Formats: sequence, C-alpha cells, structure tokens
Amino acid sequence: MATISIPTPFRPFTEGISKLELKANHVGGAVRELADQFPTLEQHLFSENGEIRSFVNLFLNGEDVRYLQGDETLLNPDDQLRIIPSIAGGCEVNNQLF
Amino acid sequence: MSCIISHQLIKEIERHLELVYPEEGAGFLLGKLPKSTSRIITKLILLENNWDEGPRTNRFLITPQDVLAAEDQADALGLSLLGVFHSHPDSINIPSEFDRNWALPWFSYLISSIHNGKTASHRLWQLSDDRSQFHEQKLLQENSNLIIAE
Repeated sequence: MATISIPTPFRPFTEGISKLELKANHVGGAVRELADQFPTLEQHLFSENGEIRSFVNLFLNGEDVRYLQGDETLLNPDDQLRIIPSIAGGCEVNNQLF
Repeated sequence: MSCIISHQLIKEIERHLELVYPEEGAGFLLGKLPKSTSRIITKLILLENNWDEGPRTNRFLITPQDVLAAEDQADALGLSLLGVFHSHPDSINIPSEFDRNWALPWFSYLISSIHNGKTASHRLWQLSDDRSQFHEQKLLQENSNLIIAE
C-alpha cells in the first residue's frame, strides 16, 4: 500500500498520526481519503469550492506531483506521498502604521 | 496557549527582520513538542523571502523546499517546527486576510511590526480550528537562555 505522510501542523487533527496507509489509487483520491478519515482536517486541505488549498503541496517519492500528472497521478504500492505545506502571508497595504 | 522565547532569540528575529526591511522577512520557530499549553521556542531558522509574484514589501513566501529542509533540520536536533515569524513593515502586526487564507493550523504566528527599519512590537497569533480568525497568544520573553526540563 502507498502511504501518505502528514506534517506536524495537521497532526492535531489526525489523532497524532504522522503516516497513513492508503487505499486510494491516485493522488487526489489519497487527499480525499485523508479528509474522510479525519473530517476536522478537511477544511485545512480543501478550500470552500472543493479545491486542494494552494499551500498544500504533494510530493510523490520526492517529486512534486504538479510536474507529474497532478491530482490524477497514479499511486503504486510502496509509493510514498508526502504533504509539504508552503507558507505565505503579509500585511494589508491599507493598514499602514504611519 | 502561550509561547516562551528568550530575549536573545527575540533580538535575533529583530536583527533578521530589520536587515531585510523594507521587505518582509520570515523564519521558523522551533522547540520541543509541548506537553502543556506553553510552547518554548529554543531555536530559529532564518529564511529568505521567496515571494516572486510581486513586491516583497507586503508578502512573504516559504517554499515547500524550505519547509522540508527545516523539518529535516528540526528532526536532526530532536525538535519540531512550532511556528513561523514574519514582519509587517510599517504596518500593524495584526494578521491580514492574506495571512489567514494561507495560515497553517496549530502553528504559532509571531508577527513583528517594523517601523522605519526598527522593530516596534511583536504579537503572537494562532489560527482558529475553523479557519475563521486568528486568536492572540501570550508571548513571554525571558531574560536569559532557557533551560528546558526534559
């Protein structure tokens, strides 16, 4: 079975589990399976319109799935899928202090 | 929830953020996984701002490669990533809507207001579990190096 690794900030929503064996046979299905198993994690994985959030990056055996077949990338037994977030932010331009 | 950080590490954060002013600066806050409601920050990872979709004066980006390298570094030290710090140059240190949309749950977000190149203040925040808002956390500064009880 392929596995998915869960980053530290998501583990409070997975009962502390850092790695999960997957039944899904493609990347998009794997993320959906994770959300179905841990429903409180879903809002952090998917936006309101059901898209995987921009900061949720998926690496299959070390390769960004955006450079493979994206969510449709097939999973093989022994594959290791890893969620690696990117982090962005910044101030509002109309909140200038001075 | 509160966060304890040494005066020395706060100064290190200020030096980094003032150096990259007027652009936003960022980095990771590391420590042991908390056994109580207090998080103790014992190490920093200072990062380059990799935002490339416009001015860096009001945006920062930490790439997944940065996150991966930081996780590996934390693992090697027996520590965990507990949060992120970043600056709001010449702006209030309240999380923006953009901050909220991109925020990770559980992480502590230290936001520093930098005024004309000098640090004005720090505030600490955590995203609510439903992602609707940030809650402010207590930031406790210690005067000396911390001794962490195992």
